[in-house]
Amino acid sequence: MANLSVRIGSLKLKNPVLVASGTFGYGGDVPDLSDVNTIGGIVTKSLSMKPRDGNPPDRIVETAGGMLNSIGLANIGVHEFIKNKLPGLRKFDTAIIANIAASSVEEYCDVLTLLEAQEGIHGYEINVSCPNVKEGGLSFGTDPVITAEITRRLRKLTPKCLLMKLTPNVTHVSEFARGVAGEGADGISLINTVVGMAIDHRRRTPKLSTVTGGLSGPAIKPIALAKVYEAALAVKIPIIGIGGIMNTGDALEFLIAGATAIQVGTANFIDPSASMKIAAGLGEYCDANNIANVKDLVGTLKVRADISVVKSWL
Amino acid sequence: MRQGFYRVESVREIAGNIHLLSLHAPQIASAVRAGQFLNIKTRDMYLPLLRRPFSVYNRNGDSLEIIFNVVGLGTRILASGPSREPLDVIGPLGNAFGTGGDFEEAVLVAGGLGIAPMPMLTAELKRAGKKIHTYIGARNGSQIVREHMENVSVATDDGSAGSRGTVVDLLRTHLGNSSMTRPKIFSCGPTPMLRALAALADEAGIPCELSLESPMACGIGICQGCPVEVKDGPRKYALVCRDGTVFDGKRVVL
Repeated sequence: MANLSVRIGSLKLKNPVLVASGTFGYGGDVPDLSDVNTIGGIVTKSLSMKPRDGNPPDRIVETAGGMLNSIGLANIGVHEFIKNKLPGLRKFDTAIIANIAASSVEEYCDVLTLLEAQEGIHGYEINVSCPNVKEGGLSFGTDPVITAEITRRLRKLTPKCLLMKLTPNVTHVSEFARGVAGEGADGISLINTVVGMAIDHRRRTPKLSTVTGGLSGPAIKPIALAKVYEAALAVKIPIIGIGGIMNTGDALEFLIAGATAIQVGTANFIDPSASMKIAAGLGEYCDANNIANVKDLVGTLKVRADISVVKSWL
Repeated sequence: MRQGFYRVESVREIAGNIHLLSLHAPQIASAVRAGQFLNIKTRDMYLPLLRRPFSVYNRNGDSLEIIFNVVGLGTRILASGPSREPLDVIGPLGNAFGTGGDFEEAVLVAGGLGIAPMPMLTAELKRAGKKIHTYIGARNGSQIVREHMENVSVATDDGSAGSRGTVVDLLRTHLGNSSMTRPKIFSCGPTPMLRALAALADEAGIPCELSLESPMACGIGICQGCPVEVKDGPRKYALVCRDGTVFDGKRVVL
């Protein structure tokens, strides 16, 4: 049996497969259809200090090979999470990573401080990349100075695994990756959704209430792979690859591109056990190919030596 | 709730562009209640990507039936007939109509494809010993489905069957001309119809349950993609898939 464990900073994951924030509720919400004990970790729905109602309907529209969402960080707030959700999560034999969203640097710090006082949280993922809220979100995530500043402030508040979740909606994600790595982040989650929109041409109306939303699903996998490759070449800290991962083959592509771990997102909506199947599939792949450690696959892309790869975007 | 692969037994057109698909799904059939839905992956590909939600139309032993219009790729695939591959189905999902309780006469109001949950609802209400009145609205007479329903009155937009006009106006007239004993309204249909019906029910002091429709990604409450504004909660929105699809008409803002 291959060793599937990977390390992100101080956090050891039993395998490199996690479920992405916002695609698996708070972690324990689909017990009938999934067994989270077989995956490396759960990233919770984004938590803010106060509950957030989220955006008005319609929040979801399917597009070719993908979907647009504009949920608007609807969540129960960190206090209710601690009271009603975290006790259930402690029973799972998997890493619990709390995702934090905020509209100010102070709010990120305050939410993390509250969570830091609790048992059962193994790390944090900081959402500086939501495209569907007015404050915070992309206004932070597209500014490399603020992104680095948030990392620096949060790093002082926790010794636990600190992941920064970055947006693909920038020209050079490597610039942001270097910034957060320089401020002590343990890893980079990449990518959040890609800004997109859909139109009802008969009515001449947007299909989402907020006009634009975040595109996810297989449609964005090529973008995600390129961003992961770019970031992995730029920094030494682990990258957690996200974007349209539907099956084991997709997960392998991200590992080969340079991701140490991966997150399954939109696939959970279609098959709540998709991540469990991918974790099992990685084990079968390694066994079948005599790969003793899954981490030996990370960053093993074979590029022809006689071709000079265009890296002007780096 | 369970996820499984179930064989399609038959697909046939039962009215103008209304198709009925029968699925051999004993585990779901034994658990499903009127008003609940199935979330179906129409084929094992990325187009369409998401599942499609369908109200359960009827239960027939181990089989479940759904009905649908062909509106896009997913429904076109389903309408093309049984494939050799079984369908990937999650269900039963959502809550159910409140068929027990303190009422004597059930008033079923369906607009368009909103007839979908009515046959199963009719069967449940009959078992509960309730008297049933059914009001069906459609664009025209070719799109009326009456099978498995009781005491049916019809309204069509073009007057080609039943009375001309909306089904809510038809019900309003009937309520004015007759007296029902402790009635309760059950409805499913387009949002403008539900809005008008909720107002009528409120005006007439009749309790009213509405089955709502919404775009959904997951159907199981994890994506937060199908909000409906509610008047009673600490939160502004409830989720159609998990908290519904059936809501008290007084509770929701349509």
